[in-house]
Amino acid sequence: MNEIPNTNYIKQLANGSSEFEQHLIEIIKREFPAEKEQFFSSYRQENHKDATEIVHKLKNKISILGLEEGYQIAVNFEKELKNKKTSLYPKFILILETIEDFISNL
Amino acid sequence: MNCIIVDDEETARAIIVQLCKQVDNLNVVKEFSNAIEAIKFLNNEKIDLVFSDIHMPGFTGFDFIQTLKNPPKFILTTSDRNLALEAFEYDFVIDYLVKPLSLPRFLKGVKKAEKFSLKSPANSKNFDNENKTNSDHTLYINIDRRLIKIAILSIYLIEAKGDYITIKTDKKNYTVHSTLKKIEEKLPNTVFLKVHRSYIINIQKIIDIEDNSVLIAKDVIPVSRSNRPELMKRLNLL
Repeated sequence: MNEIPNTNYIKQLANGSSEFEQHLIEIIKREFPAEKEQFFSSYRQENHKDATEIVHKLKNKISILGLEEGYQIAVNFEKELKNKKTSLYPKFILILETIEDFISNL
Repeated sequence: MNCIIVDDEETARAIIVQLCKQVDNLNVVKEFSNAIEAIKFLNNEKIDLVFSDIHMPGFTGFDFIQTLKNPPKFILTTSDRNLALEAFEYDFVIDYLVKPLSLPRFLKGVKKAEKFSLKSPANSKNFDNENKTNSDHTLYINIDRRLIKIAILSIYLIEAKGDYITIKTDKKNYTVHSTLKKIEEKLPNTVFLKVHRSYIINIQKIIDIEDNSVLIAKDVIPVSRSNRPELMKRLNLL
């Protein structure tokens, strides 16, 4: 994956409020690892329905962090999972790892 | 305008709160992480506008909309681009915003909400159907050429089994040759509700509700997804 996450969208939303910027980042830092864990847990149990729902949620965070290509992969992976297919799993994992690295440095 | 936000994702709620702060006269009264809590709140409070996600675990945004007796205006917020047609089938859904939300698009939606004059929902059902309330609250069923009188309110469950239905009352069960559709027409729809293609229940006899089933007497009855909003609408939720 060539894309690098960014906080452009968050800054735009913040409209100069560093308080909001920090608040939203804190929420993402808290929610993202829990959702990632839920995804792995559902995926391991081959619970495609739950895994699909969590990918749907993660998709929002992927777009918030400016990953356009990553977002498209997540959209396609969500569709795949609905049909119990998983060919995009490696690419999706890479996106999650990229985000994890990025937010740990925020 | 007073609004509430319903989304299972805290990130999404925080973004909407921030966007609302940038609109004059738009006051966020409360946030909810699930639709059930929002329904309880809306049953007691007057709200002008609801921002609601569609994909929420258990109870979706559409379930939420269908459950409300007097729905306020809705702006749906979702990552799913494919549900707009379904969303706009509801008269009180005035906009459909795709995440991530941008301020210009959000403002456009709020402006629509301000202009929108709320119509009575076309698909809301009238439960006060007096014609279905038998004057002496009894029903006669034909068993072995005898017409047996049953007190309607003693019926707690009707179960379809092929060409027959079993009527379960507090005292006795009766199996008769009929259909759920036929008996449903004879019952007051303020009290009875079809919760599944094979079951009509007396909602006054519900002991508890768990996920997609209700407990009535000793019977656990499945509630189909399409009938669940109707059931939730009938309950006096605290």
